[in-house]
Amino acid sequence: MELLLDSLFNGVAIGSVLLVAALGLAIVFGLMGVINLAHGELMMLGAYTTYVTQLIFKLPILKPFYNSYIIVSIFLAFIVSGVVGILLEKTIIRKLYGSPLETLLATWGVSLILQQFVRSVPLAYGTGLVISLLIGLFLPTTFPSKIKESINFKYFKFSSWIFAALTGVLTGSVISSSVSKLSRASARNVDVTAPSWMRGQVEIIGTAFPKTRLMIIVITLISVIAITLFLNQSAWGMRIRAVTQNRQMSDCLGISTEKVDIITFGIGSGLAGVAGVAVSLLGSVGPNVGGNYIVGCFMVVVLGGVGNLLGTVLASFGIGIMTDLIGAGRLLSIWPDMPLPLSNAINFFATTSMARVMIFALIVIFLQFKPTGLFPQKGRMVEN
Amino acid sequence: MSLSKIKFDKKIVLSFWIILIALIIAAPTILPVFRLNLLGRYLSLSIVALGVDLIWGYTGLLSLGQGIFFALGGYCAAMYLQITSSSEFPNNIPEFFALYGVEKLPFFWEPFRSPVFTFFAIWIIPALVAGLIGFLVFRNRIKGVYFSILTQASLLVFFNFFNGQQKLINGTNGLKTDVTQLFGQMVGSESMQRIFFWITAVLVIAAWFFAKWVVKGRFGNILIGIRDDEPRVRFTGYNPVIFKTIIFSIAGGLAGISGALYTVQSGIVSPQFMTVPFSIEMVIWVAVGGRGTLLGAILGAVFINYAKSLVSEALPASWMFIQGGLFILVVTALPEGVLGWIQGDGPRNLLQRFGLKRKIETYPSLEVNTKEGNNE
Repeated sequence: MELLLDSLFNGVAIGSVLLVAALGLAIVFGLMGVINLAHGELMMLGAYTTYVTQLIFKLPILKPFYNSYIIVSIFLAFIVSGVVGILLEKTIIRKLYGSPLETLLATWGVSLILQQFVRSVPLAYGTGLVISLLIGLFLPTTFPSKIKESINFKYFKFSSWIFAALTGVLTGSVISSSVSKLSRASARNVDVTAPSWMRGQVEIIGTAFPKTRLMIIVITLISVIAITLFLNQSAWGMRIRAVTQNRQMSDCLGISTEKVDIITFGIGSGLAGVAGVAVSLLGSVGPNVGGNYIVGCFMVVVLGGVGNLLGTVLASFGIGIMTDLIGAGRLLSIWPDMPLPLSNAINFFATTSMARVMIFALIVIFLQFKPTGLFPQKGRMVEN
Repeated sequence: MSLSKIKFDKKIVLSFWIILIALIIAAPTILPVFRLNLLGRYLSLSIVALGVDLIWGYTGLLSLGQGIFFALGGYCAAMYLQITSSSEFPNNIPEFFALYGVEKLPFFWEPFRSPVFTFFAIWIIPALVAGLIGFLVFRNRIKGVYFSILTQASLLVFFNFFNGQQKLINGTNGLKTDVTQLFGQMVGSESMQRIFFWITAVLVIAAWFFAKWVVKGRFGNILIGIRDDEPRVRFTGYNPVIFKTIIFSIAGGLAGISGALYTVQSGIVSPQFMTVPFSIEMVIWVAVGGRGTLLGAILGAVFINYAKSLVSEALPASWMFIQGGLFILVVTALPEGVLGWIQGDGPRNLLQRFGLKRKIETYPSLEVNTKEGNNE
């Protein structure tokens, strides 16, 4: 019983990381048919945001609030990755609408650039750049409508970008002069240390669970609930669902698909940032951190099908639990006296990498029966 | 995509071939060994690029897993080389086995004692694996982005398998070939490398003609049909699954040959050949050279790799930026690649923009129709 609980918890922990990472990917894929290969790098940005936030909270002014930095960093990571995602949508992905394979390649290019960016640009100035992007994109939307409608709006917009650039440079240099760790570019991995209240273990029904894992499960739970509420209760959520189901018809009925695309992509990317916070708690953060999780996310999306969050949830927990069962060779301890050839086979697959091999094989077998995933979207189109 | 080709004079074509053959024969004497070796490697990469062009440029299947077949071909060649030069090591098996305490040769190594088997294995094994993966995926009408993701996932599966199995194939260290013997000669030696260069050059030309032959007739037309409108091909009575499987395994076979040639010239095959970035790079060679133009794939592979080595020597950090920029640029601004741009209306449009050439008058409706209908 204890063993089963342990296994279940481990599986859920692995699955919840997958879920929070795959959630954004699934929403964007469902809406736009775009697989974002830069999703892993958006996660990486979230993880680096956590790191930067942690260092900034070590400054004398913010020292008293140090223990709450992880909560703050969740919101910051959402904003940082979201802004980068929105910029990505506005500049590149919008041009490639209707050609998903080209989008795939372009986002791969973006991911390469982002990876090299964190390697060769000091994090302080990276922070400054993000802040200036944030101001430049959102300051014009806060202007009163009188200015927005005037002919000179483009000059206002331009001057707000100048203001944004100045603020960015200023913050960048302030951070780099006050936190020496952020002032130099480095390709080395960095470590995020959890605040003291998150270290250690909690005992539930006689089994000890690490607190960071529980925290990740909580983050995932909150993200899933928030996204479900947003999609099902808010007006924009309804529009997003409408566009997911039938883009042309929604367009005809007056929904601004352009805005829906931006919002969806922003939220999807923001969720990647939140996933980055979760990932940073599990291990060290480096430019390649996204790559370790991204293929798992793809598998979740393929297995879960698009347009239904339940599919994503089931698929990620399914993969998580299977990974734990196969990778740790738990079947052997559940059923100790199984025939020798079978136990040999299970031992052969009882490593993390071989578990991946096995799970992929299982997914391919599954797709032979349900080619469009657990919950396929219903439609009468030939293409679907 | 425009399929119009510029018709060249016969004399120009003939002189082009004479110059090309002269260059290939002369290259080993002109170039220093290091550069010759690099050129040979890039030429062998252009064979895998031809395969990518066949499946992506002509059939519209974006595979992000060609590295599997590339590495399989490389492993076949390396296993043969290792086993033929293992006579001085204990138990008559390759040296690395001793590190892991393996005394008996794993069963799947046995057939690689035979050079004939290896010769066929290099291209048949990757082709069979590609055919199997392709059939399982295509049978369910999985396509587009799903296909790309599944190929990438299978790439990772193969990577994990080869990376983790030290006792079977030396895991992450890979198999070295440069210190092995082939027909009594050291594979890494200068004279052998020169021969490998010639073999590579000949095989690139052969592969080019083969690919041209594949896409020429009705078979090629069906491939293009699948790319442009697969349901229509199906409704016309053809089974796209068969055609897609065949072309995917042809591309796999080409990748295997390419991998074997690359391995003997770089001196090692390792699971690094199966990393995700390398396989996506193959796609960008084709994209830059020109999708659907076989020559573009060859030129793209050679020139981009050459540029990569030049840039990495001068400014190591900037190559990632350049490569990332290339990906974005080529899909947004130059979707037909350089060669496609030249063969299409590119130069004329450019001249028009500078007012050097008059715009051709057409009916507006014709202009709309000539745009490629990529309405998925």
